[in-house]
Amino acid sequence: MSAVMNGNAGPIEFQARQARRVSEFKWQDTVFHRVTLLFALIVLAALAGILIALAVEARPAFGQFGMAFLWSSVWNAPEENFGALSAIYGTVVTSFIALVIAVPVSFGIALFLTETCPAWMRRPLGTAIELLAGVPSIIYGIWGLFVFAPLFAKHVQPHLQAVLGGVPGIGRWFAGPPIGVGILTAGLVLSLMVIPFVASVMRDVFETVPPQLKESAYGIGCTTWEVVTCVVLPYTRVGVIGGIMLGLGRALGETMAVTFVIGNANRIVGSLFAPGTSIASTLANEFGEASPGLYISALFALGLILFVITFIVLAISRWLIRRGNAKRGTQ
Amino acid sequence: MNLYSRRVLTNRIGVGLSMAAMLFGLLALLWILWTLIYNGFSALNWDFFTRDTPAPGSEGGGLRNAIVGSLLIVGVTSAVSTPVGILAGVYLAEFGGRSRFAAATRFVTDIMLSAPSIVVGLFVYALAVVTCGGFSGWAGSLALSLIAIPVVVRTTENMLLLVPGSLREAAFAVGAPHWQVSLKVTLPAVKAGVVTGILLAIARITGETAPLLFTALNNQFFSIDMSQPMGNLPVVIFQFAMSPYDNWVSLAWGGALLIALMVLTINVLARVLFRKRSSE
Repeated sequence: MSAVMNGNAGPIEFQARQARRVSEFKWQDTVFHRVTLLFALIVLAALAGILIALAVEARPAFGQFGMAFLWSSVWNAPEENFGALSAIYGTVVTSFIALVIAVPVSFGIALFLTETCPAWMRRPLGTAIELLAGVPSIIYGIWGLFVFAPLFAKHVQPHLQAVLGGVPGIGRWFAGPPIGVGILTAGLVLSLMVIPFVASVMRDVFETVPPQLKESAYGIGCTTWEVVTCVVLPYTRVGVIGGIMLGLGRALGETMAVTFVIGNANRIVGSLFAPGTSIASTLANEFGEASPGLYISALFALGLILFVITFIVLAISRWLIRRGNAKRGTQ
Repeated sequence: MNLYSRRVLTNRIGVGLSMAAMLFGLLALLWILWTLIYNGFSALNWDFFTRDTPAPGSEGGGLRNAIVGSLLIVGVTSAVSTPVGILAGVYLAEFGGRSRFAAATRFVTDIMLSAPSIVVGLFVYALAVVTCGGFSGWAGSLALSLIAIPVVVRTTENMLLLVPGSLREAAFAVGAPHWQVSLKVTLPAVKAGVVTGILLAIARITGETAPLLFTALNNQFFSIDMSQPMGNLPVVIFQFAMSPYDNWVSLAWGGALLIALMVLTINVLARVLFRKRSSE
């Protein structure tokens, strides 16, 4: 058409120009492809870089203490003797407490949002839960330290101690002075942080259940509870577990919400009321003033352990959620 | 009790408990917001925005240096992570397809979305702080970028995959090269979604504390030099809240309120923008 418009340009010249343009486009497309590829590579390189950097920096610590670093609970900076166990213990126990509370509550929220909530409330309530997920963790931390911990020490811990302190077996979990900050408080604040994440994943996978399935269950006279426990949950099991693992991944790596309320004591006491520490909170508290050498290296080793644990948990979670959501495609 | 009434009772208890759970979630949100406003509002005055962080033991003071530092760090982070994130997202949606490299990148992006942010801080410390001569605002921005980029990549890719194939094919059919199809046809078609992703990324990094602790560090004085340690809201809140001085604690509450308001506003803005565009 440009040959017509250009009037005096012959067909050969036109063809040559077209060919030039096509090769120009090809060249530009190659550049475009390469450039976007480069940026995608940056993302991949970041993860590899994190693993490599942590491993390199952690080598002196692992070289000095060997694998015993993982199960030694000594943390003595002046004598340069370090072990990760008390930090791992705090991380695992707080995350476990958080999940024990967050899972049933999130399940309730997801059930309410998908089954019993009136249609007009669905969107605002869902948004509110998502906003809760967006609140920065430092806000949870400062709230936990100044508002929740004092209330907890005054009104809840003494009662817990009175009721459960004498029970054989679990009584010692509630021993010690009720000072508010400690492992249990950290676990509770963490659970509040994790609930929105788990609840929104659960809601999303609950929504993948084909309506015909639910309707036929309702049709033969099932109650809402029966539909959810006998139809929705079995159907979405994989995705629900993925959501829980996502929450676990979040809880394990959470720094600020825990650092404020865990009490930062590098030891293992059996009681949940006692102050403890987690990997992330040890890093936040000690990294800034650690002396170079073995101390810094031990902290990097802690970071490496945390990254590897959360990586595994998150990888499993992603795989499960994707498998759960893939069902949507086969419908 | 017969079978029927037992089933009805179980149902009532189950549904009742689920409502209680919902109520619990909402009350938690309201409780946290209320404490923030109650404790933080009194700190928000003229001094708060115009004076710098006070020295230990001195009266008054504000958070000017921290607010400016945070805005600078977050601004640089958004300027860096927006193009990187969008182009990586374009690659995944337009060229990646089902290739192994694309699958690996998607997987890594998903992991990085929830990876512990303090580990990112450690990485940047080892990468930039040790090698480039100390703590700096640049290092802080680098750490935050690593957290923001995956958010942008993921939303950009998801949005681009929503573009109908016919639109892309129409553009190809009139002879447009691939780069023009992406930059002038598909990306503009999902502009609102991509902007939402950027806003969510900004909301996410505005309150991030852990990655800044040992990258940007903190600076008691006003500074706009990104190559020096830089004051920033989250770290100041952390240090001041843990301190024994009353005016520091009060400033920490004010800072926390400010951050929460910013994050919630950006979040709501992102949602409104996305909903308006996608319902058109």
